[in-house]
Amino acid sequence: MTKPTKQELKEYTADADAWFSEHTPRDVGFMLPLTFMEVGTDQQFDFLRAWQRKQYEAGYLGAHWPKEYGGGGLHPKFQAVASTVMQKHNVPITLNAIGTNWAGPLLLDIGSEAHKKKYIKGILSAEDIWCQGFSEPDNGSDLGGLKLRAERDGNNYILNGSKIWTTLGAHAKYMILLARSDPDPKSKYAGMSFILTPMDAPGISTKKIKKITGEHGFTQTFFENANIPADGLVGAEGQGWRVAMQLLEYERGARAGQAGGIIMQTPDAFAIVDLARSAIRDGKPAIDDPVLRDKLVDFIIEIHAQNLNQIRAKIPGLNSEHPAGLMLMNKLVFSEQAREISQFAMTLLGENSAWYVDETNAPDGGLWARSYLNAFSATIGGGTSEIQHNILAEHVLGLPKDNIRVDA
Amino acid sequence: MRKLADIGLNEMQVEMADLASRFCTEKSPIEQVRALLNDKQGYSESVWSEIVALGLTGIAVSSEFGGSGLGLAEVAPVVEHMGRTLMAGPYSDTILAAHIINSVASEDQKQSYLPQICAGRTCALGLSEPHGDWGLGKITTQASPSKSGYVLSGEKRLVSFADAADFILVTVVQDGVPALVILDRKDIPGAALRRENIIDETVRSYSLNLNGLTINTDALMVSTHMPDALNALHLAANLLNAAVMVGGTKAVLDLTIDYANTRIQFGRPIGAYQAVKHPLVDAWIGYEKARALLYSAAHSFSTEAEIAVRMARVKAETAFAFAADRAIQFHGATGFTHDCDAGLYRRRALYCASRYGDAAYQKHKLANLLFS
Repeated sequence: MTKPTKQELKEYTADADAWFSEHTPRDVGFMLPLTFMEVGTDQQFDFLRAWQRKQYEAGYLGAHWPKEYGGGGLHPKFQAVASTVMQKHNVPITLNAIGTNWAGPLLLDIGSEAHKKKYIKGILSAEDIWCQGFSEPDNGSDLGGLKLRAERDGNNYILNGSKIWTTLGAHAKYMILLARSDPDPKSKYAGMSFILTPMDAPGISTKKIKKITGEHGFTQTFFENANIPADGLVGAEGQGWRVAMQLLEYERGARAGQAGGIIMQTPDAFAIVDLARSAIRDGKPAIDDPVLRDKLVDFIIEIHAQNLNQIRAKIPGLNSEHPAGLMLMNKLVFSEQAREISQFAMTLLGENSAWYVDETNAPDGGLWARSYLNAFSATIGGGTSEIQHNILAEHVLGLPKDNIRVDA
Repeated sequence: MRKLADIGLNEMQVEMADLASRFCTEKSPIEQVRALLNDKQGYSESVWSEIVALGLTGIAVSSEFGGSGLGLAEVAPVVEHMGRTLMAGPYSDTILAAHIINSVASEDQKQSYLPQICAGRTCALGLSEPHGDWGLGKITTQASPSKSGYVLSGEKRLVSFADAADFILVTVVQDGVPALVILDRKDIPGAALRRENIIDETVRSYSLNLNGLTINTDALMVSTHMPDALNALHLAANLLNAAVMVGGTKAVLDLTIDYANTRIQFGRPIGAYQAVKHPLVDAWIGYEKARALLYSAAHSFSTEAEIAVRMARVKAETAFAFAADRAIQFHGATGFTHDCDAGLYRRRALYCASRYGDAAYQKHKLANLLFS
C-alpha cells in the first residue's frame, strides 16, 4: 500500500472535519457514557449503536481494514487522521469497542480466513455486538486462575462454568472467551484456549447484574453443557493465554491495528467550572473561593497535560523515552481523573448532591452522582488501577515483577 | 471546551536537545557536580567556554548582534538537559538578560552588550528584593539623578553567580517608573556582594547592596513598554525554570528506579514491592505530564504564552517535588545522608520552587486567566 501524499491527507482531514462538524451529536437530552463500560440504559445503547453505524458507513471506522472483509482498504494514516478529528470533535464513544479495538485487530492478525469473512463487517457496523469472557467470580485480576472448562467433543466444545462482569453481555451476539481446555496443565498459564463463542448457543444464559448506580449494565454469564462449534478457536488449542495477552496489548493501546474511533471520552474539566459558577457559598459564587479555584485549576492542568500527551505520543522527538508508555498510562490517568472530577462536582453541588437520578429536584438529572458511581467501572474494569500501576512499573519503568503473580 | 495551547516540536529544538543531551551528560557527570559543590565559582570556566563555542549563549539573540536568531523555544531543551545533569552556572540568567535587553534597550546598548553576551560574557540578574514579592513590577531600588549620571539605593537578593559575572542587570525605579540598570561587575566593590547560604548547593547566590553606587547615563535602560517587558521576562524565567525542573524530575526518577532495581530486602529488589513501585509510577506520570506542558509552553511561547507557561511551571514544580521527595524516602537511611544524590535533586527542587512564583501563586494567576 502506497503512503498517502500530504495533499491527500490534507483533503481527507478537511472532509472528515466537515463530516464530524455536521454529524457529531450535541445535546442529545440524556447523559452519554464516557466509556462503553458505563452503558446503562437501552436509550444509551440504541443511540450509540446507531452512531457507530453512521460513522462506519461514512468510512471513518476501519478505514484501513481490508476491503474484502468490510473495511475501507485505505492506508493506516487515513484512519489515524480520522481518529484525531473525532478526538477534536469530542465525539461519542464507539459502542462495540471490544470488537473494533480488541477482537477485530486480533482476528485480522491471527484469525482464520473464515473468521475474518464472518466477523469483521458486523464488528465495524455494530450489527454484531461483542463481549469479553475473561473474569470469573473467583478470578478477577488474577486471570490465570480461571476455571471455566472447555471440553473438546469432535468438532465442538462443551463449556461449563461461569463468567462475570460481562459488559454488554445482555446485548452481545459473540463473546471472546478464555477457557481451560486442559484440566491438568503443566503450569497455571498452560492449557487455556481462546474461543469465539456465539452467545445464543444452547446452554448459555445471562443474568443481569445491578450496578452500584442502580442500573443494569453487565451480566453474569452461565455455561451449562453449552455446545459450541470448535471453529471459533483462535490460535492453537492450549495457546489461549498467549492469544489473550495479545488481545490485552490491543486493549491497552500497546499494539496497533484498532479500527479507530474514540473508546474513552476525555473528562471535561470546564464542565465543573460552570458548576462552580452556579454554586453559592455564603451568598457568593463558589468560584470566588480561592481554595476551590486552586483545585479547579489543578483539574484543568492535569487533563490538559494528558491530552497533550496523546498528541505528543505521535510526534517523534517529543514522545519521550517511553513512547508506548504515553498510551499505556491513558487508562489509569483518564479513569482516575474522571472519578476525581465527578467526586469534586458532588462537593460543589452542596445540599443538591443528596438527590439522585429520577428525583425532580436533582440538578442535571443527577448526572454527577451517577457519573461518580459509574467512574469506578473504568478504574476497576479492564484491569484495576492497581494492576495498571503494576503494568506501567514493570513494562515501562523496568521495575521487577510482583512475586505474587509468579506461578505457585 | 476552551481552547488551550497546542504542542509541537521544530527541527532546531530536536537538534538542540540532541546536542545538549550529549554535551551535558559528558561535561556534568555527578562526580563533577559534587566536585563543584565546594568550588567558589560553582561552575567550570572551561565548560562555559565550550557552551559559548557551541553557540548556545546566542541561541535567542538575533543574527545582527552575533546570535543565531532562534528563540526561547530552542533554549528550553538545552536548559532541560542542564537540569537533568544538575549542571549549574550563569546560562539561564544570561539568556534571560539578553532577552530583555533585546526588548527594551536602545540600539547603542544592544550593540554594546548583545554581541558580548553571544561571545561568552555572562550577565547575572538582580530582580529579587528583601520584600520577597514574586511580581517583578514591585521595585523599591531607586536610581536618582546625580552629577555624573545616577546614584542607586536599595538591595537585591538571590542574584545568582553574581561574583563571577561580567555584568549584573538590575531592576530600578527611575523617575517613578520601572527601568533597568546594567552594571559592570568591575565597578562593584567587593563589600557590596555578600554570598548567601542557600538550599541548592550547586548555585552561587548573592545579596547585592546598591546603596551609593553611581552609574553613567548609558547604563540606564528605559522603555515605554517596560511593564510588559518585565511581564515577558517573568514568563521567560518561569519557562526556563520549568525546563530545569522537568529535567531534574527525569534524572531523580531514573536514579530511584536504578536503586529500586538493585537494593535487595527480604530477598527481593525493593522495586518489586507495590508500596515502592506504585508511587514511582505516579512520579513518572507526573514527569510525563510536566514534560508535555513544558513543550507546549515552549511551542507557543512567541504567541500566547502565559497560560501555557504557568501550567508548565505548576506541574514541573509538583512533579519534581514528588519525585525527589520519594527518592529520598525510597533510598532509606542512605537517602538521609549528604552523600546520596537524591538530596541534591530535592534541594534543587526546593530552590527552583522558590523562584519566580511557586505553584500556588501560579494557580492563582491561572484562575484569573481561565475563569474571568
